[in-house]
Amino acid sequence: MAWTRKILRVNLTDRTCTSEPLNMEWAHDYLGQRGLATKYLASEIDPKVDPLSPDNKIIWATGPLTGTMASTGGRYSVVTKGPLTGAIACSNSGGYFGAELKFAGWDMVIIEGRASSPVYLSIENDKVELRDASHLWGKTVWETEGQIKSEHQDPQIRVSCIGRTGENGVLYAAIVNDLHRAAGRSGVGAVAGSKNLKAIAVRGTLGVGNIANPKEFMKVTFEKKKILKENAVTGQGLPTYGTQVLMNVINEIGAMPTRNHKDVQFEGARKISAEAMHEPRESDGKAQLINNQACFGCTIACGRISKIDATHYTVVNSPKYWGASGGLEYEAAWALGCANGVDDLDALQYATMLCNEDGFDPISFGATIGAVMELYEMGVLTKEEIGIEAPFGSAKALTYLTEITARGEGFGKIIGLGSKRLCEKYGHPELSMSVKGQEFPAYDARAVQGMGLTYATSNRGACHLRSYTISSEVLGIPVKTDPLTTEGKPALVKAFQDATAVVDSTGLCVFTTFAWALSDIQPQLQAACEGDWSMEKLDLMGERIWNMERQFNNAAGFTRKDDDLPARLKTEAAKVGPAKGLVSGIDKMIPEYYDLRGWDTEGRPTAETVARLGL
Amino acid sequence: MRVTLKLYASLSDHLPDEAKRTNEWPMEVADGTTVGDLIDRHQLPKRLVHLVLVNGHYIPPASREAHPLVENDVLAIWPPVAGG
Repeated sequence: MAWTRKILRVNLTDRTCTSEPLNMEWAHDYLGQRGLATKYLASEIDPKVDPLSPDNKIIWATGPLTGTMASTGGRYSVVTKGPLTGAIACSNSGGYFGAELKFAGWDMVIIEGRASSPVYLSIENDKVELRDASHLWGKTVWETEGQIKSEHQDPQIRVSCIGRTGENGVLYAAIVNDLHRAAGRSGVGAVAGSKNLKAIAVRGTLGVGNIANPKEFMKVTFEKKKILKENAVTGQGLPTYGTQVLMNVINEIGAMPTRNHKDVQFEGARKISAEAMHEPRESDGKAQLINNQACFGCTIACGRISKIDATHYTVVNSPKYWGASGGLEYEAAWALGCANGVDDLDALQYATMLCNEDGFDPISFGATIGAVMELYEMGVLTKEEIGIEAPFGSAKALTYLTEITARGEGFGKIIGLGSKRLCEKYGHPELSMSVKGQEFPAYDARAVQGMGLTYATSNRGACHLRSYTISSEVLGIPVKTDPLTTEGKPALVKAFQDATAVVDSTGLCVFTTFAWALSDIQPQLQAACEGDWSMEKLDLMGERIWNMERQFNNAAGFTRKDDDLPARLKTEAAKVGPAKGLVSGIDKMIPEYYDLRGWDTEGRPTAETVARLGL
Repeated sequence: MRVTLKLYASLSDHLPDEAKRTNEWPMEVADGTTVGDLIDRHQLPKRLVHLVLVNGHYIPPASREAHPLVENDVLAIWPPVAGG
């Protein structure tokens, strides 16, 4: 079996750590990571619970392929009820932490209650203890990781922790591991902070020796790695240019949400693109991009390692930022840049470093700044209130607002609430570009219709990773569809949602699916895990996981009206580009989508659907 | 007529130096020039000609050879790429 079959349950209120067997019946129905952790969470908490109360729980979960030799097998998920949305939250991270947790002999860590003072969880194989973290409270992610490694005198410890934003209740605070890999979305870091849990530090030396059919597993993982290597996207495009290569693509098709979704093309996109990251700077003749980087077991290596221009105004007096650090990814570059009209590449690199350093989601943060800038230009917000002049395009405003949000100072506390609450506070709820309270990522729903349905129906609020139909609608993977039409999109979105739910439960990275189909993952699971792992079973499992998340949200109070987009995307047509004159056809797509899902007109799985999926 | 050829990612290597910082290569072409003509003229490797857009609209592989360009058209080409 690829599972360790062990769960670590930690009650912070009682300060107890106990080992319990993994529910293998559930593992066969929900696999691991996203699916299995959500099953545990949904079974153990009231969906109506206050996300920041001790009654919420938060789960760190690996998948059966985490820590194995399958390519990209280093993923883990953090699952909880999210404070930004009040919906199910599941954030997925790479790096090395997930594999280390598995090597220590644990499939999952379930955190309950609330500690009376700051603690961190130390795991060294079976030796598990809660340690005082008073001295780490107030420290950044980077300081925390360094200090824990130093205290344990072990540089190989892996740390998954929160920064100051998680402590301060920033509703989109992340949990960061390996300095710049993050379970980034939905505010999972704020939940950890609410429990006074600063970090989980893990050192594992047990390996993963429990593969069902080791010989077959070695053979099949080798074959599948070859596919990734030979595929032009996973073998060349992503390692060389990273996700940022999309900047010019999405701009060219007129699907670039710009200035809080007022526009669909950004005139400064080229200056903040992957191509720009490769170019020598005028100041020092060096390119911002230093290298690419891989997570555990990954043969794609899409990660960016960059160096900021040391003479840039943001860091000229701060040498600690001059070294190589996590670089810009597309979604972050969009949110920090296009959403605010900012085209200063080094300002964006500085902002993304602060997001990593203090652990907050650059997508929700950047999109919230877009709303702030629009409110400023309308005269609703003033320089006195914000602390700086904040028109669209101001890199200085962006970097200043990033600093005060990271530190939890002044207007930064309000930015930390996210765009929905901020816009409501200032009397313009319509300016929050979000679904269920979570901000959009980097694709305009008017120009890529399937993404509008993706956002509206995503179980964790607006998100591209729940069904990345950009693959099909823009990039032609696996087949090209027309981004401007709603026709066929409900079925496309459902197919992506169900398949992604499985991938997110394996321990593998969803980026493999630019080259692999689910049928490439299936034989790897079959070789690693005993029992039946047929395609039919996996297809049903993806649908089961999606509907389980939906049931949780329904029980939490979400209804049909929450599966919607902001009025701007339904009434203000795209001004330029191929989508000129178009608005989102979300209202047309939702009924067909519900029908395909086997839901009633209010978006609730019917009794027949529940029975069919074994929920 | 005047059109603009945009080449991105690894296809940037096929741009003249003066176009490398913008990825945009404005040029004069004869009336009736097609997408396929420009791809051939600039010897763009077929395996790298993946995503082809004219004014942001996708041109499927089967249509590229014959798709005529008109005045002020922008032809943008990428090798296989992805992100997210």
